[in-house]
Amino acid sequence: MNDKKWIVLGLVIFLALFLSPFLYNLVTGAKAAAMPEVVLTEQAKAAKQCVMPTEFMRTEHMQLLDEWRLKVVRSGLRDFTNAEGKTFNMSLSNTCMDCHSNKADFCDRCHNYASVNPYCWDCHIENPQGEKK
Amino acid sequence: MKSSRRRFMKLAGIAALGLGAQPVIKAIAPASENGPQTQFSQGPNALTARQWAMVIDTRRFKTAHDLEPMIEACHKTHNVPHFEDKNHEIKWIWETHFHNAFPDSANRFTSEETEHRPYLVLCNHCENPPCVRACPTKATFKRESDGVVMMDMHRCIGCRFCMAACPYGSRSFNFVEPLKGLVEKEINLKYPRRMKGVVEKCTFCVERLAEGQMPACVEASGGAIVFGDLSDPESEVRQVLRENFTIRRKQSLGTEPCVYYIV
Repeated sequence: MNDKKWIVLGLVIFLALFLSPFLYNLVTGAKAAAMPEVVLTEQAKAAKQCVMPTEFMRTEHMQLLDEWRLKVVRSGLRDFTNAEGKTFNMSLSNTCMDCHSNKADFCDRCHNYASVNPYCWDCHIENPQGEKK
Repeated sequence: MKSSRRRFMKLAGIAALGLGAQPVIKAIAPASENGPQTQFSQGPNALTARQWAMVIDTRRFKTAHDLEPMIEACHKTHNVPHFEDKNHEIKWIWETHFHNAFPDSANRFTSEETEHRPYLVLCNHCENPPCVRACPTKATFKRESDGVVMMDMHRCIGCRFCMAACPYGSRSFNFVEPLKGLVEKEINLKYPRRMKGVVEKCTFCVERLAEGQMPACVEASGGAIVFGDLSDPESEVRQVLRENFTIRRKQSLGTEPCVYYIV
């Protein structure tokens, strides 16, 4: 056991490196970036609820869109009826983006915060009413 | 408690049974991803068929100019880009010569009038589509519900096997960013564009059929193109097919094209 001092030294260096981000935050008092605030359009506010409850949409909208895509493209089913009995045309451009026509303030804010980069809008048009451009 | 070999085997068996039953339980009691009470349906106005088909009356078209309204209607509706460079060309519906459209029907001596007519060609939505068999990702498939040969653009990896497999050249590949070939103001905001690296083709206007409208080219043809259900003996296409002599493209290949031509 002649290498004891080297092992201890190594452990100390490892721990210092490992804990450095935590220590840095403790010392500087840095906080996590604030949750992004999404902006609802007037139309979205008036509708009160999206196609599904807000909590569901917040966490599961990607799964919902994925299922919509499958149903529309593969099965030729285009209408979606939610638990309240309301029917929607399953279309990202014509339904989602019609209401949420503010992509920069709605979609992008969260996507940027979560560092995800979906390429929906390479093909799907972001404002079907053509208001902005 | 004394553990024995016998007891261990019993426990292991029960555990295996439990694990094995899990998918069965899931299948019996499916909790829909979107909650329990949601449902999917076709729109109330949707046109339905077992197998869509088209009959083109080529006698009605004398010059290439006569075909332009249909080509333009299609390409405008679906945001099909226009490129001058032939290598980058994207086409869903286009004009061709008799020899190219019907190579196995072209005789050495044939009616001049028939030979020099322009022919409108598009995806044949074959009953036995070779492109579907070639696709490694099942991005292209023959839709069970109405026989349309569809593309799932999200799934296309751009391998172009389908283009090699299609005997009609109905598929185009986006070699360049398709937005570059579109005029910004003329983009149909109701229909998506495509991205670089995917294959595209005619869809028999499924998005219009779903809303109860006829395909764009049929609407623009002024009655020269008839569209309907091939499996329904009472449908308009079957009526027209009964009354007129028709040919199909490269029928000898056995793909069973669903676009018929009155010559």
